[in-house]
Amino acid sequence: MITLENIVMRFGGLAAVDDVSFAIGKGIITGLIGPNGAGKTTLFNIIAGRLFPTSGRVLLEGDDITRLPPHERSHKGLARTFQIPHEFGALTVLENLMVAGDTSRGENAFNAVLRRGLFLREERAVYERARDTLDFLELSHVKSEKAGNLSGGQKKLLELGRSLMREPRLILLDEIGAGINRTLLGKIAEKIKRLNEERGFTFCLIEHDLDYVSKLCSDVIVMAQGKVLTRGTIDEVRHDERVIEAYFGGGKYEVGT
Amino acid sequence: MDPVGLLFFLVGFLIMAGIYAILCLALNVQWGYGGLFNAGIAGFFAVGAYTSALLTAAPAPTHLGGFELPVLVGIIAAAVTAGLTGWAVAKICIRLKSDYLAMASIGIAEILRMVIVNEDWLTNGSLGITNIPRPFDGLLQGREADILFLAFVWVIVAIVYLVCNRLYDSPWGRTLRAVRDNEDAARAVGKDVDSFRLQTFVIGAALMGVAGALSAHYFRFLSPEATEPLLITFLVWVMLMAGGSGNNKGAIIGALSVWAIWSLTEIVTNRLPAEFATRSSYIRMLLIGLLLQFVLQKYRSGLLPERSPGIAFDKDKDKTHG
Ligand SMILES: Nc1ncnc2c1ncn2[C@@H]1O[C@H](COP(=O)(O)OP(=O)(O)OP(=O)(O)O)[C@@H](O)[C@H]1O
Ligand SMILES: [Mg+2]
Repeated sequence: MITLENIVMRFGGLAAVDDVSFAIGKGIITGLIGPNGAGKTTLFNIIAGRLFPTSGRVLLEGDDITRLPPHERSHKGLARTFQIPHEFGALTVLENLMVAGDTSRGENAFNAVLRRGLFLREERAVYERARDTLDFLELSHVKSEKAGNLSGGQKKLLELGRSLMREPRLILLDEIGAGINRTLLGKIAEKIKRLNEERGFTFCLIEHDLDYVSKLCSDVIVMAQGKVLTRGTIDEVRHDERVIEAYFGGGKYEVGT
Repeated sequence: MDPVGLLFFLVGFLIMAGIYAILCLALNVQWGYGGLFNAGIAGFFAVGAYTSALLTAAPAPTHLGGFELPVLVGIIAAAVTAGLTGWAVAKICIRLKSDYLAMASIGIAEILRMVIVNEDWLTNGSLGITNIPRPFDGLLQGREADILFLAFVWVIVAIVYLVCNRLYDSPWGRTLRAVRDNEDAARAVGKDVDSFRLQTFVIGAALMGVAGALSAHYFRFLSPEATEPLLITFLVWVMLMAGGSGNNKGAIIGALSVWAIWSLTEIVTNRLPAEFATRSSYIRMLLIGLLLQFVLQKYRSGLLPERSPGIAFDKDKDKTHG
């Protein structure tokens, strides 16, 4: 689905991502783990087009999208959530979801002023989907609240909801679990599994909670200091010496247990 | 003041307030919806004013044109040229973050004003353009004509208000507010941020041009003094901040109330002893500045803050307060 070829991302002297190459399989839930500052978010930003890499190529199903701006990648079916919530603060929760929907007719200024009938149907469909998404994420009771007033966890849910509204083929989830209560997190995991199994959505998720990763991901990539350390099933990487070294600086501990 | 004098003071007041209302609505599209910091309002105002003046005035050897076209044609042309100017500015500056855009727009507005002052063949420089007509000229004479013009201005205010409201209450407006609140997230959900900003800037600039045209027709005379940034750019910003940015009604309320206070301070400062009278203009600015501080202390987002337009078929609104 996504292929990265020799991606390097430098910020001044620091190579946040240092010659990373891997591919994310279609229809698979891939986990991306690694200690703080490993370069995981930077890599997501490169896949989503928020950053253009210093060198290397990004391919989406074979097409080179290295220099494609993020909104065009979004139209190609790529969605992402942000580690630090990027809500539209002055919009209501409902508007936050609806704005993510496809309302191309209503986004034409001319139609907005003179041909308002033209986008009623499209608007209605987006509204219904937004309501369903809110129900699923247990956010319906705050739908008329300004998103800026939500709690940290609620903003994370909003992030997820917005990316689901895009009906994407590939969703990048950056620490979606951080700050969300266990019960709901379990439900989200089920939803991710269902979307993956029934609709064929591809996911790539960054998560520090390895139990959560082990529940969802069949394929785990471990990063440290801008490089890919290893890749495999969660059990394989958990017991990998280099991974333990990266997380604990060589101490004899087992990761995540 | 006698009642008739008072009436015509009021008429003049409302005409100017209407022109300011259009400016304020225009700035609201740019800043309130789109988060674009336009500090060059006076420049677009001037482009509109001179376009309409040159197209509709009587021919004169002192400046270009004088084509005696109908006023409505002049006003539409004003919107087009100001909009095109806005397009050019936006093409250059729109990728700039808001504070840089502010600086760039001040600079460009000042360049436009310098052109107006210095290119006498075009604008007759500081001597200005005379014999600018009003719509329905000849229908009424003397001061009654002001009343007709008042109605004309407020019809245009109403149209602009309607257009702005429809823009606001639409997926277009919603997307624009999303772009304003978080451009990265807007891009991530597929919005072409640069294109939305460009559209916003052009629409706002075109409306500013309309306001400029109306002011030229009102005074029947146009010189660079009419495009003084202190009176246009600064005052309009105060109006929008006080009225409530992001709210079209707030924009109009802001224009009316700040212009009322501005006009009242004129009455006061005109009665000051002579040694103060020359200082009146900056005393008034100071007063207006203080007033804005006061309003913003009490109402942080202006008198009428931004409100989401709501979704027409979203019936169970009562679950929470909006
Ligand atoms: N825009 C930027 N400018 C400069 N340095 C940056 C920038 N973005 C990231 N970095 C640096 O790149 C490195 C990797 O950061 P990144 O956010 O990708 O880590 P991460 O793996 O997501 O960490 P965490 O688990 O804490 O979220 C860090 O050292 C960070 O300081
Ligand atoms: Mg991160």
